[in-house]
Amino acid sequence: MIESFENFLTIINEYWEPFLYWDGTQFSGLAVTLWILTLSVVLGFVLALPLSVMRVSKNKFISGPVWFFSWVFRGTPFYVQLLLIYSGIVGLEFVRDTPLLYTFFISGYNCVVLALLLNTLAYTIEIFAGYIKATPYGELDAARAYGMSRWKMYTRIILPSALRRALPAYSNEVILMLHATSLAFTATVPDILKVARDANAATYLTFASYGTAALLYMSISFVLVWAFRRVERRALAFLAYENN
Amino acid sequence: MFLHGYGGQILDGTLETIKLALLSLLVAFLLGLIGASAKLFGNLLFKGIAQAYTTLVRSVPDLVLMLLIFFSIQMGLNNITDALGLPMLEIDPFIAGVLTIGFIYGAYFAETFRGAFLAVPKGQLEAGKAFGMSDWQVFSRILFPQMMRFALPGIGNNWLVLLKATALVSIIGLSDLVQVTQTAGRATASMFLFISVAGLIYLALTTVSSIVLWWLEKKYSVGVREAHL
Repeated sequence: MIESFENFLTIINEYWEPFLYWDGTQFSGLAVTLWILTLSVVLGFVLALPLSVMRVSKNKFISGPVWFFSWVFRGTPFYVQLLLIYSGIVGLEFVRDTPLLYTFFISGYNCVVLALLLNTLAYTIEIFAGYIKATPYGELDAARAYGMSRWKMYTRIILPSALRRALPAYSNEVILMLHATSLAFTATVPDILKVARDANAATYLTFASYGTAALLYMSISFVLVWAFRRVERRALAFLAYENN
Repeated sequence: MFLHGYGGQILDGTLETIKLALLSLLVAFLLGLIGASAKLFGNLLFKGIAQAYTTLVRSVPDLVLMLLIFFSIQMGLNNITDALGLPMLEIDPFIAGVLTIGFIYGAYFAETFRGAFLAVPKGQLEAGKAFGMSDWQVFSRILFPQMMRFALPGIGNNWLVLLKATALVSIIGLSDLVQVTQTAGRATASMFLFISVAGLIYLALTTVSSIVLWWLEKKYSVGVREAHL
């Protein structure tokens, strides 16, 4: 027990800098994990807004393609998606022959963020679409009675109401995205887990190396949960949200 | 030639993935039931342990836990055999994988079961007691069967997540579907093709699972009135 505690101290002493932000040549660890998480979650959120509205459309030609996209990306493991984007696409001939595409897909960062973005987009669309469909009927009737246009109905009534109610489910999705970023190291992106693997390879202190990574991820999870709770308490106050 | 002659290996990899997922499901299911029961009916010690288990496991990425547990099982075992002066025991990677994934998803199942236990109306349990049923009878005849119905959507969800999480075991060296297709892709320089095949197989597995789950939910909701809006 004491021995393993000392191992933790050794790892933290030697590797605190790469674990937090800098591995000597580039950004690494916590900074990288948070950066790819933020980028993909923010982009995913923005894209999910119009796509979830398309997803609930009665017109099959509009909702069909969105449904297909989310079916494919929710039905396959994230690791397979990342492999396809990072290892697969670069090998295609037309990508090798197009300099623009080639420079994009040869970068691990681009591929990881693209894969995370597409993955979270698929889940977020389904979450938002579910709550849009569950908008209380009276709210829509009232909006129609006021003579609101479709655009106004969506921007003033449906989306503000649906997005608030979606918060608990969406916070879950963000935590799952944080967990998904741990695969970034397979595309050579130096995130927290990559640093842990380096530490393990150099010191053979397996439990302490991965344990330190686990503690870091755990802290981020707790901070995210805490932050979302606060936002929920404010945004859902009108539902008399009695969680605490 | 079809898939450059890798068809047989890919089939083997698929079977390995299914086997791994089903056995892990069994472990996770049992751990989940134990965890939920400890949280709801246990004394302070068991409650604390179960709470720590579900909170800690669910806040760490499954891949990190896999690396942590998978390698630690072997090292812990080595320490024990060393201390006892026994020869080294090689633990089978497949079994270690099953235990690892089962341990991780047990925490998710525990939360699902806990919610489902709480969804059974209290009045029904009191009615059971009023009929003179023992605690065990109330549990096995009223609480448990209804809990399973409430838990079904959550179980289905967890199963789909677990099935997809098995793709990670290739990173810890098991020869599952992803490992096989990756090897084939590298050997034939057609990664895109083979990874797409893996993706399609996963898509087929998850789609079939969804259909079966939809059917089960329908079957177990017989006699439950749906709210028609």
